[in-house]
Amino acid sequence: MNKKTFKRAFIDSLPIMAGYIIMGMGFGVLIQKEGYNFLWSGIMGLTILGGSMQYVAVDLLGGAVSFLTTAVMTIMINGRYFFYGLSMLEKYRQVKKGRWYLQFALTDETYSLVSTMDTSKPENKGVHLHAYYFLLSALNHCYWIIGCVSGALLGELANFDSRGMEFAMTALFVTIFVDQWREAKNHFSAIFGVAISLIFILILGADNFVIPAMLILTVVLMSGKVGQPKEEDYE
Amino acid sequence: MNKTLFSVISIAIIAIVTYFIRSLAFIAFPKGKEIPAAVRRLSNTLPYGIMGLLVVYCLKDTSILSYPYGLPELISVAVVVILQIWRKNSLLSVLAGTVCYMILIRTVF
Repeated sequence: MNKKTFKRAFIDSLPIMAGYIIMGMGFGVLIQKEGYNFLWSGIMGLTILGGSMQYVAVDLLGGAVSFLTTAVMTIMINGRYFFYGLSMLEKYRQVKKGRWYLQFALTDETYSLVSTMDTSKPENKGVHLHAYYFLLSALNHCYWIIGCVSGALLGELANFDSRGMEFAMTALFVTIFVDQWREAKNHFSAIFGVAISLIFILILGADNFVIPAMLILTVVLMSGKVGQPKEEDYE
Repeated sequence: MNKTLFSVISIAIIAIVTYFIRSLAFIAFPKGKEIPAAVRRLSNTLPYGIMGLLVVYCLKDTSILSYPYGLPELISVAVVVILQIWRKNSLLSVLAGTVCYMILIRTVF
């Protein structure tokens, strides 16, 4: 592990640090109110590592629903991760040791950074790609656990008004979107991603649009008829 | 079943199913098995589309038909976009956009 890799990963992870600690704390406060202490909260952060899923889990645990319901809900909410894995296949398959951890830690935020990391850029010179993957995944994982544990510990004591801090996550995705837009030669995928999401929100509502939108986006991009800069890049 | 055992099993189910979903692509295409060209294309194009989807996902609960008509979100996103194009510093853009949003929802709207 060289210094440059650590610095790059740490700096890239800073916006996520803010978002994860705040969102993790929000979860911790909620789960604590259901009667689960910081240990439960921390273990859930450690083993599940998924923002929206853990918030839903608060309801699932509190409502004492069946195991089958829990499993189905998990597939519905986290199904999108399958597509992240699919698009990271080539890069992650080259990692020889401990790849299971990279697969496990592939959250929205981690994906947004590892999928766009380009070591051929001048500012990333000297960054060890595989070490970067691990470091970034582990840093984000730590932030999330810290958030979950401290949220449960503070519980109702927390008077801090954090309203609006969740916007850090939106802002992070917007910055990545802008950077990608300026780099990409072909904007089809970016535009289509926004458009198909809006269309499915109108049809299915804000709570159900992710999976169908992602499915169609993936199928259309796999067809290779649109959104490709140059076909020879992939052969 | 007591509450502790129920909770442990529920959490285990969520954790295992989530890990399975995240690993599914790697199980389907183990080392040595050739990745079809259609799937390989995804690693180059899908990140762009997914980022668009995630931006929409974050803003999905914004109410644009009633006051404040999504204005705090719109203004803050604009701040992030302009800063990012101008300074190309993600940390600065995220920080400024978030502070802007927090101020707007507390004081202006």
